[in-house]
Amino acid sequence: MIDFIAAKYNYLICVCLMMIGFYAVIAKQNLMKKIIGLSIFQTSVFLFYISMAKVTDGTAPIVWEGAVRYDNPLPHVLILTAIVVSVSTTAVAIALMINIYKAYGTIEDSKIREIEAGESGGSVSR
Amino acid sequence: MNLAVNFPALLVTVPLIFVPVIPLLGLINRKICWYAAVLAITASFAMIMTILAKVSTEGPISYHLGNWAPPIGIEYRIDMLNAFVLAVISFISLVSLLFGKELVEKEVPEYKHPAFYSVFILFVVGMTGMTVTGDLFNVYVFLEITSLSGYALIATSKKRYAPMASFNYLVIGTLAATFIVLGIGYLYMVTGTLNMADLAERIKPLNGSSVVLTAYALILMGILIKMAVFPLHLWLPDAYTYSPSAVSAAMAATSTKVGAYVLIRLMFSVFDIEYHVGSVPITGIIIFFASLSIVMGSVIAIAQTNIKKMLAYSSVGQIGYILLAAAMVNAEALTGGVMHIFSHALMKGGLFFVVGLIVYNIGSERISDFAGIGRRMPFTAAAFTIFSLSIIGIPLTVGFVSKWYLVLGAISSGHWYAIGVILLSSLLTAIYFGKVIFVMYFKGGHDDHGHAPAAKLSEPMGMVIPMAFVAFLCIYFGIFATFPVELAAKAAEAVLGGVTWK
Repeated sequence: MIDFIAAKYNYLICVCLMMIGFYAVIAKQNLMKKIIGLSIFQTSVFLFYISMAKVTDGTAPIVWEGAVRYDNPLPHVLILTAIVVSVSTTAVAIALMINIYKAYGTIEDSKIREIEAGESGGSVSR
Repeated sequence: MNLAVNFPALLVTVPLIFVPVIPLLGLINRKICWYAAVLAITASFAMIMTILAKVSTEGPISYHLGNWAPPIGIEYRIDMLNAFVLAVISFISLVSLLFGKELVEKEVPEYKHPAFYSVFILFVVGMTGMTVTGDLFNVYVFLEITSLSGYALIATSKKRYAPMASFNYLVIGTLAATFIVLGIGYLYMVTGTLNMADLAERIKPLNGSSVVLTAYALILMGILIKMAVFPLHLWLPDAYTYSPSAVSAAMAATSTKVGAYVLIRLMFSVFDIEYHVGSVPITGIIIFFASLSIVMGSVIAIAQTNIKKMLAYSSVGQIGYILLAAAMVNAEALTGGVMHIFSHALMKGGLFFVVGLIVYNIGSERISDFAGIGRRMPFTAAAFTIFSLSIIGIPLTVGFVSKWYLVLGAISSGHWYAIGVILLSSLLTAIYFGKVIFVMYFKGGHDDHGHAPAAKLSEPMGMVIPMAFVAFLCIYFGIFATFPVELAAKAAEAVLGGVTWK
């Protein structure tokens, strides 16, 4: 068991982070906290990619004298792209949140539902 | 240098160039933006039709970006299935742009128009990119381009709840995309490649590997959320109801279909066919959820009082057909499924536009307020009826053709209860569309004492012509179904026969 944890601790951390993010997205009522949870969720996957790129005895994938092996640079590049996607997602989410605040005066999910249900006579089905 | 060789890359990049250009044009004159958008999509559509013609005669095209040979370089690979889906996406986007001009002017504030058209083009670019690419990570990137522009498009609506609907879709959509990228990571870990054709080769010796199965499960989960299959559909009704009608039409007609395409591509071209019939009953699970989606989508649609919500739940049901077709793994069913991608895009796109026009005129989305529309907007009501009959699957409409092949496929693969599900759902569909048609034609607007019916409502020519055209196509391809069915059959053969991808 200890061996397993010692050998795979990086993946275990990824899974823990992922679940923390997932919990925040599901359980939190505040939209900002949901966005934070979403970012943690995405970041855990980035860490997963980065940690799998590590090769035993590998160094940074730059040509230099004395290098034995290089780490796999491809996941790094993929994650650069994914980080851009993640930043854009967060930006769009925050922009939407600002609009929600302008429309309702709150960013609590439950309060928005109350307002919406009160106005349309409960016709907003969910 | 022959330009036509580069069409696979140009069909994505040419509209992409228009994305930043359109807001700049908007600074000069907001009216030009629409023309520029039409130009961008038309260029892409023309290239796609050239490619479709070429692929159907000469076989699949493999385009190496920057001349880097796959699996190291990124490959754009087009066989009959891609080409068919590309043609559908591009055609529907073009029609929604032409059709949507008046609706967008009415539903989106004027200062937002340049941004709206720019993001709309980006939305289409994302979908064509997802369809054309042969690289798994590229699928993820284009998926996020499509989704992000989709969230923005939904939020352009003037409705108060629109940003909230968009936000909920964003949260669920991002979770789905992250599941997909995690699954891709698992696959990369065990195979060391991202190219689909290469991946298919390297996955074969790993049959039964738990990593591959986990990857499959994660990717499947992500795609099913994007397709809005029944228990994972919660984002869809709000997203379609609160977005501008032009956006709901384009999204309902195309974005879930692209998800279906990616699923078919992965099921048949990447993962070995034995995964579907081997120890883990993946196809059985998919068939179960597809059937659940078909029945529950229709049942919930019956209960709706809001017309756009009804159409949204109907979409949940209809996407189930495509999923069902894919999971039955045989040529006839898959022909039906690919055909349904085409026919559902026509019908549902048309329905959302018709409803958009009616809703704009009467200012209400409640079905009960549609009384007398049959008299007040005769062309629109007629088009609505044709699209509805087609979705129900009445013979001589395009919806019948795809359902016919689905049933044939279910018979030849022995999925008898699937036939029951299809027939039951047609009945349920007839109930909820019948209700609307009844209200439109037989309620209100007339009485026995010869009182004048309510005044006619405006039906601008710019909208009647595209509407009539799409309705005509619905019937034309229902009677002369040979052309699309042959293309769909070739597409099914291309993925099932393993001729092109193995």
